[in-house]
Amino acid sequence: MDLQHLDTPPSDAERAAVDALLGPPESAWEGGERTGTDLRRADGGQAARGRRDLLLPALHAVNDRIGWISEGALGYICRRLTVPPAEAYGVASFYSMFSLHERPERVLHVCTDIACAAKGSGRVCDALKARLGPPGHGAGPEGAPSGSEPAWVESPCLGMCERAPAALAIEAGDPPAYAVSAPADPDALCSAEASGRPPEGAPTALSPTTFAPGRLAPLPAEPPAHAAVPQAGGPGLLLLGRIGTTDPTDLDSYRAAGGYTALRRAIALGPSSVIREVTDSGLVGRGGAAFPTGRKWAGTAQRPEAPRYIVCNADESEPGTFKDRVLMEGDPFSVIEAMTVAGFAIGAARGYLYIRGEYPLALTRLENAIARARARGLLGPDILGSGFSFDIEIRRGAGAYICGEETAIFNSIEGLRGEPRSKPPFPVERGLFGRPTAVNNVETLVNVLPVMHMGGPAYAGIGTGSSTGPKLFCVSGTVGRPGVYEVPFGATLRELIDLANAGQEAPPVPRAVLLGGAAGGFLRGDELDVPLTFEGAREAGTTLGSGVVLVLDDTVDLPAVLVRIAAFFRDESCGQCVPCRVGTVRQEEALARLSGGTGDGSDVALLREVGAAMRDASICGLGQTAWNAVESAIDRLGVFAGAPPARTSLPLTTAAPSNTKEAQ
Amino acid sequence: MTAAPETPVSSGPVPLAPPRRLVDVTVDGEQIRVPEGSTLLDACEAKGVDVPTLCYGDTLTPRNACRICVVEVEGARTLAPACSRKAEEGMSVLTDSERVRHSRKLVLELLGSSVDLSTTPGVPEWNERYGAAPDRFGPRADPAPLGERDARHAGEHAPVDGAAAATVEQPAKDDNDLYVRDYGKCIMCYKCVDACGEQWQNTFAIGIAGRGFDARVSTEFDVGLPDSACVYCGNCIEVCPTGALSFATEFDMRREGTWDEERQTRTTTVCTYCGVGCNVTLHVQDGEIVKTSSPHDNPVTHGNLCIKGRFGYQHVQNAPGKRQARGGGETMV
Repeated sequence: MDLQHLDTPPSDAERAAVDALLGPPESAWEGGERTGTDLRRADGGQAARGRRDLLLPALHAVNDRIGWISEGALGYICRRLTVPPAEAYGVASFYSMFSLHERPERVLHVCTDIACAAKGSGRVCDALKARLGPPGHGAGPEGAPSGSEPAWVESPCLGMCERAPAALAIEAGDPPAYAVSAPADPDALCSAEASGRPPEGAPTALSPTTFAPGRLAPLPAEPPAHAAVPQAGGPGLLLLGRIGTTDPTDLDSYRAAGGYTALRRAIALGPSSVIREVTDSGLVGRGGAAFPTGRKWAGTAQRPEAPRYIVCNADESEPGTFKDRVLMEGDPFSVIEAMTVAGFAIGAARGYLYIRGEYPLALTRLENAIARARARGLLGPDILGSGFSFDIEIRRGAGAYICGEETAIFNSIEGLRGEPRSKPPFPVERGLFGRPTAVNNVETLVNVLPVMHMGGPAYAGIGTGSSTGPKLFCVSGTVGRPGVYEVPFGATLRELIDLANAGQEAPPVPRAVLLGGAAGGFLRGDELDVPLTFEGAREAGTTLGSGVVLVLDDTVDLPAVLVRIAAFFRDESCGQCVPCRVGTVRQEEALARLSGGTGDGSDVALLREVGAAMRDASICGLGQTAWNAVESAIDRLGVFAGAPPARTSLPLTTAAPSNTKEAQ
Repeated sequence: MTAAPETPVSSGPVPLAPPRRLVDVTVDGEQIRVPEGSTLLDACEAKGVDVPTLCYGDTLTPRNACRICVVEVEGARTLAPACSRKAEEGMSVLTDSERVRHSRKLVLELLGSSVDLSTTPGVPEWNERYGAAPDRFGPRADPAPLGERDARHAGEHAPVDGAAAATVEQPAKDDNDLYVRDYGKCIMCYKCVDACGEQWQNTFAIGIAGRGFDARVSTEFDVGLPDSACVYCGNCIEVCPTGALSFATEFDMRREGTWDEERQTRTTTVCTYCGVGCNVTLHVQDGEIVKTSSPHDNPVTHGNLCIKGRFGYQHVQNAPGKRQARGGGETMV
């Protein structure tokens, strides 16, 4: 392509960061030294443009090493990958973890989402504000970052709700380093020693990982994954059984605990029988949409086009959700094995595992697991002598909830902006790189292993009629032992909460439960007998979503929670369609008026009208569900029932359509 | 690696197109047959139903971003964009149901409350048709200073108190002699980006940057057009539905209050610069060319021109005493 590139040259460090990923440039056309042979080359065409999917990794490479992406760095990436600078700028500016302005090397991400706010993230923010100034990336109107002090930003859910309030420190460097502070300790986060590099820990990984091994001084080491699993080591766990009992960095430990028997069984069965078992098992997607996994796999497998892809959606970002993180940190080999089974079933030679950028430990564990599996021939050519070849590539998100949407994830991997695509066509027809693709959530894939072990019909015997198998729930908020719980479908919400309060002398009384995350809905404290099944939740007018059970007591400021949810959807909307892009803003404004005391009944009516349009006319699930939690809080919890009646000055031109519920 | 778009970007006359099967669809209770591959918008047009559109472009692949063309497809959970959804055998579509009218009204209100739609054709009529009242979200927030929106970081925004309705309004970007980018009027239809990019011009001077409400059309690092890859073909102006992109002449005349389309004539002629033979439509007011366009159904241009055809008309009217080019009377180009 005849592209006009930026003139600013990259710094040596920026160039080195990109070259470490892409290798040295082959000619001056790609940004290398000019030589006499450059005029006798024919670069371009499909080959040059076909590397577009390396754009996101290249942006990460620079952001990881330098801390931000300068004009010179972006320009160099564009030359290397034959990407127009305006498009690359559009991609880089889409993600919240990238900065296009200079900022300090260390950035503190402080979770201010619902679970953390309920556990005092406000105090953490106040302490950081007093020490480091207002939140931001360090490049306000004044521009220059202030010395070696870290920058701090308020973050959406970091997926560490069981240790709320959470904070994540990431420091750019070669390699970058990170540390988690949860419960967040402002003193340690802004300690003067903060610029120290991590101590040389005993490397547990086979090959270099993206992040430095060990932690960033002086923050404490992260607790092991099983600390988030109160049931760890208990009997009968199908999904969490290995967490806390096997070494998540060791393949032998995994195999000794039954690892890779599912893949052997799958290979013995053959692809179509694997799909039949999965179909018979009644397994449906655990990411929130509950689509039958067998149907998805069969639909992908029967497409004539090749290659086909399997994408593991590990962009777990639904506020209050942390089950996939715990699985990836505590049992990473199971995710790799399950992806291999899925790839075998649908006839894919390559899988992509898209993990959110806020999960450095899970990333490290998976990188290690893939390297070890590859070294043993469990990934790569001719796996287990079956003739089946399969490999997995990890792609790291960079702070965008929307990239967990099943088509936005493709665009993000392909190096485009993470905007959802219009459906139809569906991913099974035209997914990643325009090819048939099965996208599955981490928990869904891990469920395939017990399906292989026990067979589809036996798996279907667990749970209830149309909600089969075990289910992970992320219990957080005011309960005795927050964490990931595995229960068979059919347990009631009360039983689950009792489980999380086991051993408590006076368990806290729930006032409300947020079920399913920000895209889910609220239940009252007296509605806890709803069975935790897809059909039970539907009958109760709510959804299980991604398995969030966020328990709130009387001390929580519910209107403030709603404003936080609205702010979340406004921040995370991709901006493509009008109902969501502007609707989420108007929703936040109306909620701000209502919670601030200046709103009235007309604002509630306004919320209903905007919500109905978002639900009906948005492109993807984000906009369609952005009003769910607010609606349920108004209708079920009676939030804002005391708002003054509508003033007459704001005309409501037509009534809200009939598909919105009337206030109870 | 990315596959080519399924449908060709243009639908110009191609001789001997293969015959297409017909599919039966029902629009508002009446059956209609349309060729396979037609969109619901085509079906509505064939039946004479007026469906409002904003981001739809007759020469571009639909982005279905604005959602004003939504229709209700029987059995579907959500509404479908008529501009891109293909008609399928047996589909039953409602174009004026309560749900459709509600969403169209809200799209008009959400856009009208956040964007300056004063130069967008059709909006006053649609507002009346759907009962849209864009001012009911409260007073409009003050416009942002130039460049402030471009510096925003994805995934965060200033605290909100709800006292005013946020808008995208900001001063116009007036950084060259030929055209002005007034992004306070931008509804984010993506058409300029597609026309600049792989659908027509392959220049890629602009892209969509940022996210959510702060998403915007931008050059890399918001550099001015003269420093960008822009070749001033003006094909972005041709497809802009709101007047956010306009000829400098039109921008200046609107500011001075002298722009009057009723006094303008349009004459389509053939560009004289090279041998391609592009059709150029000259918009003339008071004996002066005030802007140019190109017929979208022209098999040579499909509405596209180059810098010479688009902006190189000064020699026609460079007589003494005539209006001079911006920037001190020097000839442009």
